[in-house]
Amino acid sequence: MKRIKSSIQILLAAATLLVAGQAFASEGVDLPYRFKPDPDNQASVQRGARNFMNYCSACHSMRNLRYNRLGQDLGIPDDMLKADLMFTSDKISDHIISAMPGDEADAWFGKAPPDLTVESRYRGPDWIYNYLLTFYVDPKRPLGTNNIVLPNASMPDVLWELQGLQVLKESAAEGEDKEAEHGEPQFELATKGKLSPEEYKQFVADTTNFMVYAGEPGRAHRLAVGKKVLLFLLVFTVLAYLMKREWWKDVH
Amino acid sequence: MGITPNPYKTTGFLGWIDDRFPLTKLWKDHLAEYYAPKNFNFWYFFGSLALLVLVNQLLTGIWLVMHYKPDATQAWDSVEYIMRDVPWGDTLRYLHSTGASAFFIVVYLHMYRGILYGSHRKPRELIWLFGCLIFLCLMAEAFCGYVLPWGNMSYWGAKVIINLFGTIPFVGPDLVVWIQGDYVPSDATLNRLFSLHVIALPFVLVGLVVAHIIALHEVGSNNPDGIEIKKHKDPKTGIPLDGIPFHPYYTVKDIVGVSVFLIIFLGIVFLAPDGGGYFLEQPNFTPANPLSTPPHITPAWYFGSFYAMLRATPSFAGTQIWGVIVMFGAVILLFLMPWLDRSPVKSIRYKGPIFKIALAIFTVSFVLLNYYGMQPPSPMGKLISQVGTILYYLFFLLMPFYTKMEKTKPVPERVTHEAH
Repeated sequence: MKRIKSSIQILLAAATLLVAGQAFASEGVDLPYRFKPDPDNQASVQRGARNFMNYCSACHSMRNLRYNRLGQDLGIPDDMLKADLMFTSDKISDHIISAMPGDEADAWFGKAPPDLTVESRYRGPDWIYNYLLTFYVDPKRPLGTNNIVLPNASMPDVLWELQGLQVLKESAAEGEDKEAEHGEPQFELATKGKLSPEEYKQFVADTTNFMVYAGEPGRAHRLAVGKKVLLFLLVFTVLAYLMKREWWKDVH
Repeated sequence: MGITPNPYKTTGFLGWIDDRFPLTKLWKDHLAEYYAPKNFNFWYFFGSLALLVLVNQLLTGIWLVMHYKPDATQAWDSVEYIMRDVPWGDTLRYLHSTGASAFFIVVYLHMYRGILYGSHRKPRELIWLFGCLIFLCLMAEAFCGYVLPWGNMSYWGAKVIINLFGTIPFVGPDLVVWIQGDYVPSDATLNRLFSLHVIALPFVLVGLVVAHIIALHEVGSNNPDGIEIKKHKDPKTGIPLDGIPFHPYYTVKDIVGVSVFLIIFLGIVFLAPDGGGYFLEQPNFTPANPLSTPPHITPAWYFGSFYAMLRATPSFAGTQIWGVIVMFGAVILLFLMPWLDRSPVKSIRYKGPIFKIALAIFTVSFVLLNYYGMQPPSPMGKLISQVGTILYYLFFLLMPFYTKMEKTKPVPERVTHEAH
């Protein structure tokens, strides 16, 4: 028994190390806004799909996601899918491919807009959320805007109509005390957008939730199956242990 | 002495088989009448678990290959196709990717058990050597498999590892081109790594596992006391007094181990398949791009220690081959364990404090090396890795001395076992 205890202690120590390592690993770019993704919120993911198709899909593909998969998972009927969400294709089994020709896009933007199917698993949802919130006016850039989390991004501020145009506050622009302002907005709204700042944040949150869904459409199914599997195993382990104890009564 | 067909004189259908194939003999030799010491503890679960994970990798691998395309232009999309369009494809893929990490966790613990209780000592040297070869083969297998999704970390990882061969004097650069089949990792490289991953290496791996088990059953299992149960046999039956038949006693016990393991393993597969970014790494969720180097190239977590040794070794005399030698030397040292350990006792239970301290230092060094091997380069990390590498080496190189000179405790005649 004593040995089992010490073995458990070793395992616990290893787990602690793993968690500590994870905390270290997630450090990187300073992200000013906190975001907790909620891909289980179907209404939000549906709104996000609408946002993505209207504002992103002209340039960005999700070449590994099919329209009908999206429809099935998000509870969107085929006719509505065709009417409201499919702009570049008519076949519901098609993948989501943008209208942007790849080679020319390279010339236009310096870099073709990347495919966004698993962007949420590559960058992380919080990164996407922050990216879409931190475009600001920068006359030095060819397209007039820049971004905090991806400096010198070649993507234009396509959502400016909704968000409005924001400028960096003086102190932040000079690069002073950037750390000290961590967590607080560093921007001032120069031109108002169609949406209020709160509405825009919701818009970005919905879009990010959709991208988290798109990164792994099987997530909900996986979690549901996982709970059943674990429940079975817990019961099975008890039975297996009782069987072991019964047999081992003979061993002296 | 020739082979006697059907030594157990079975009759009927079984007898028909036993006259032609040693079915009953195999069953008795390896399970029903294989006598294992009755005092196995927690550490003895990891051998059967390694076998379980191997079977998991083989089965999920077979099904993954049915849908995967080993082609630089299609590999990435075929993995996402498996994740989305293949029924249960995501489960298959997560079982396989989590299985890779689980394999190393289980194998590391299995090897550590060997060091704790002296399972490498006479007469089990060949079991240990087969085991070391399995470990080496597993490392190659894991590396090849890591490249297959053709993500950006796959690509750059392949480049770094294959370029290790480039440090060999004179032939290095040509050797790299020969291995890659191109001047950079490319479609040709992906194809040959696929071939190695699904045919050559599994073939060797399974063969070595069979040899490992045959050798084990020939000499019998060690145990936490590190004493030979075959020394005390029942004079009438010839069965070791401290031995119990593997089946049913250890089969029912291992089923408990398997189900506890599966709770953890399938918990990760279904609830957190990324393993906190260690089992599936974030930078590998973007397709291979020869023009875009990831901010820092890290190996998979299970290579952390060896990668840290590679980075910690300075280059001199105009070549970086020293790092490669130190890294591979660290694995080669494991092979020498049976002859480096000269203690009169096998188990840590009867060894003196020097071995315990040495093992503790070794353990801490290995964990620290593993941690710093996964971090971006830093002066602190480099220093700790250098000290860790030296301590790792000293554990083995000084072993003949500290194991021989220290006073050990008396070993009991019979195994210590408290009945439950």
